[in-house]
Amino acid sequence: MSIQYYIFFCLALFSIGVVGVLTRRNAIIVFMCIELMLNAVNLLLVAFSKMYYGMAVQNGGATTAGIDAQIFVFFIMVVAAAEVSIGLAIIVMMYRNTHSIDVNFLNRLKN
Amino acid sequence: MNVLEILFYSLSVFALISAIMVLISKNPIHSVLWLILVFFAISGHYILLNAQFLAIVNIIVYAGAIMVLFLFVIMLINVKKDSEPQKLLFMKFAGVITGGSFLILLIALVKQATPLVGKVVLLKEGTIGLINPLGKALFSDYVVPFEISSVLFLSAMVGAVLIGKK
Repeated sequence: MSIQYYIFFCLALFSIGVVGVLTRRNAIIVFMCIELMLNAVNLLLVAFSKMYYGMAVQNGGATTAGIDAQIFVFFIMVVAAAEVSIGLAIIVMMYRNTHSIDVNFLNRLKN
Repeated sequence: MNVLEILFYSLSVFALISAIMVLISKNPIHSVLWLILVFFAISGHYILLNAQFLAIVNIIVYAGAIMVLFLFVIMLINVKKDSEPQKLLFMKFAGVITGGSFLILLIALVKQATPLVGKVVLLKEGTIGLINPLGKALFSDYVVPFEISSVLFLSAMVGAVLIGKK
């Protein structure tokens, strides 16, 4: 499978996430679209790691080539889990203060 | 067209349709359920790439923990179905145009990138996605970031409790 098909698929998924962030006003949906973009990038990293591994095997190189990308994906998942807990706590606090989760209510930092 | 390509295309179409359904469903709970389907499709892609560890972690962490957290918060704050005021049609149109131009721009960029021509992704084979090499790399070369991530989790937990408390 050519790498370009993977890039096109991940770009489409990422763009759907971008459109979601731009068009929806519900803060939870916006947050979910950010998760979608993170996942698209993760999949692209794994695809590149397998591409690199295939090239290294062809050239008779080390058999652990490309393992860094998968470790990076693992750390991205770790950071995403921490980020989601903080973000959802902020959304709950925002709902408690404004009784709405519309992101347009957040256009001011004062009051 | 062999089995792997058929699997790739069907998983991709499944993921894209589910991702579009995340956007256009009105009820946030339906959006969460469609997003879980997207994560399962992406896990299928990981299995296709023989990244078995990441496939399992993706299902456990994303579809299992994070999405349950989302569902929990949606039920906690009890959003009414029509509480989201509709944006102007013009704004939605502008958002879709922006995302579409972004996609077209990047696709045009990738299509004329000569270093990517002829490169193939190794499907189904390769051992770097298994638990054994990943664990060895994680606990030898990447042990310091691994330990720092535990500090990150601790601070995230303390921060979430502090923010969530009144």
